[in-house]
Amino acid sequence: MTTPAYPRHPAIAVEHLTVSYGDVTALSDVSIELQPGQVCGLIGVNGSGKSTLFKCIMGLVQPQRGTLAIFGLDHQSARKKRMVAYVPQSEDVDWTFPISVGDVVLMGRYAHMGPSRRASRGDRAAVEAALERVGLAELRNRQIGELSGGQKKRAFVARSIAQDAQLLLLDEPFAGVDKASEATLVDLLRELRNEGRSALVSTHDLAGIPQLCDEAVLLHNRVLAHGLPADVLTHHNLARAFGPVTAGSSSVPAQNGA
Amino acid sequence: MDLITFLTEPLQYGFLTRALIVTLAAAVVASVLSCWLILMGWSLMGDAVSHAVLPGVALAYIVGVPFSIGAFIFGAGAVALIGGVKATTKLKSDTVIGVVFTALFAVGLAIVSRTPSQVDLMHILFGNVLGVTDGELWQVVILGAITLAVVLFKRRDLTLFAFDRTHAHVIGLNTKLLSTLLLGLLALSVVVGLQAVGIILVVAMLITPGATAFLLTKSFDRMLILAASITAVASVAGIYASYYLDISTGASVVLAQALVFVLVYLFAPRTGLLSQGRRRRSQRAALPATGMVG
Repeated sequence: MTTPAYPRHPAIAVEHLTVSYGDVTALSDVSIELQPGQVCGLIGVNGSGKSTLFKCIMGLVQPQRGTLAIFGLDHQSARKKRMVAYVPQSEDVDWTFPISVGDVVLMGRYAHMGPSRRASRGDRAAVEAALERVGLAELRNRQIGELSGGQKKRAFVARSIAQDAQLLLLDEPFAGVDKASEATLVDLLRELRNEGRSALVSTHDLAGIPQLCDEAVLLHNRVLAHGLPADVLTHHNLARAFGPVTAGSSSVPAQNGA
Repeated sequence: MDLITFLTEPLQYGFLTRALIVTLAAAVVASVLSCWLILMGWSLMGDAVSHAVLPGVALAYIVGVPFSIGAFIFGAGAVALIGGVKATTKLKSDTVIGVVFTALFAVGLAIVSRTPSQVDLMHILFGNVLGVTDGELWQVVILGAITLAVVLFKRRDLTLFAFDRTHAHVIGLNTKLLSTLLLGLLALSVVVGLQAVGIILVVAMLITPGATAFLLTKSFDRMLILAASITAVASVAGIYASYYLDISTGASVVLAQALVFVLVYLFAPRTGLLSQGRRRRSQRAALPATGMVG
């Protein structure tokens, strides 16, 4: 259906990115290239620099060194062209906010609207289609906090679909989501990928990686490994990223053992 | 006394009609803005801005310029100062807010104490809505109308900003501008509310209506309408109560709003304390007691 907007450019091209907050180095000489139409898992412990990398891509943090391009554009132009969508971590959302599921999805259209953000018929249709797509059409009038964990995630993915973003950034999408909903979410993301969209998924849920991701990046303030999930998620690599205890635990899929 | 007389008698006095207009305008503007402020967690910011305008109001009276100019300069200045100190230290925002607004409030008190004859401190602190001049009335009405128009025009952006500012940024909106806009509108509505209830109580008008409406609905648009209409009714009731019961007008208006909050807190259909208790009791009745529950 959709073809990548800029097929000749990588979805994300990060080179020698370095970010530090005071004495703490969050990212050190990080270089990653993500081809369009791929789902890439960004794996690392808390404090490994996943959020900082996301913030750099969104233009919320300015790196001290290095360059960053999104479909060949700087982050500012990419934002202006509405190419990037962000699916926030659950704990970053105010679930008591008096807003309906439909209105959250409509916010994906705001950049397409005039200064007072009055929705056109086209905007309404895009919201409708996005809600149908993620299976939340019947729940559109629910207050956003009244959804289950998986439905909440799908509502925000629907916002990215309504936005027609080419690059989706998902921050810990599987936290607080049961297994059945996780499978639904994985299917949805794979569908979007098949349309040519790209996604960067930060997670520490290693079990879901082989089903979801075309490639994986293991981050620990620098890139420890980048490649096919099976090649990245080895015991040896995971021990370096998570420490030896976690690497031996059941959260690591057995088939990816070294 | 029949109802018509009850309602019209106070209006024979020009000063009471003016008080009614000023209070209504100020309260409705503040109530609309309060819906965003309570969702953003900016209630303390409202308190800070309102206290920080004291030197501005005092200087305006001394120099002889409209009070709203002095108040707005110091209100906006306080916001800028808070933002500046926060950005350049690791202090938490409530700390910075506390330091800045108390300092500015003290500056105001110092100015007033040096020039006691020109400025009536009690009027600034507690409002003097019964002594509002025509000039002050026009300032309130015009600034109120401007504030309300801007708020309503940009309401969807402000709601997006309050709900998910990262998304706002990612889709290319200028979040710094939106934040500045909301703070500017906050300063303006403080200026508008000063005449009605005074510096000390104006923050009530910036918090209570939004809080009341939040307990009543799950839709933001309905929250705006509820906050404005409840506030309008409560303010008029407050003015009449102050006339017939002979109590301070500012206090009476704020009390009327607080009374509505208490009623909603107790009796709201979904979130009210009583309906919550009823729900709990019926749940307990539905489940056979296990001895572990309750």
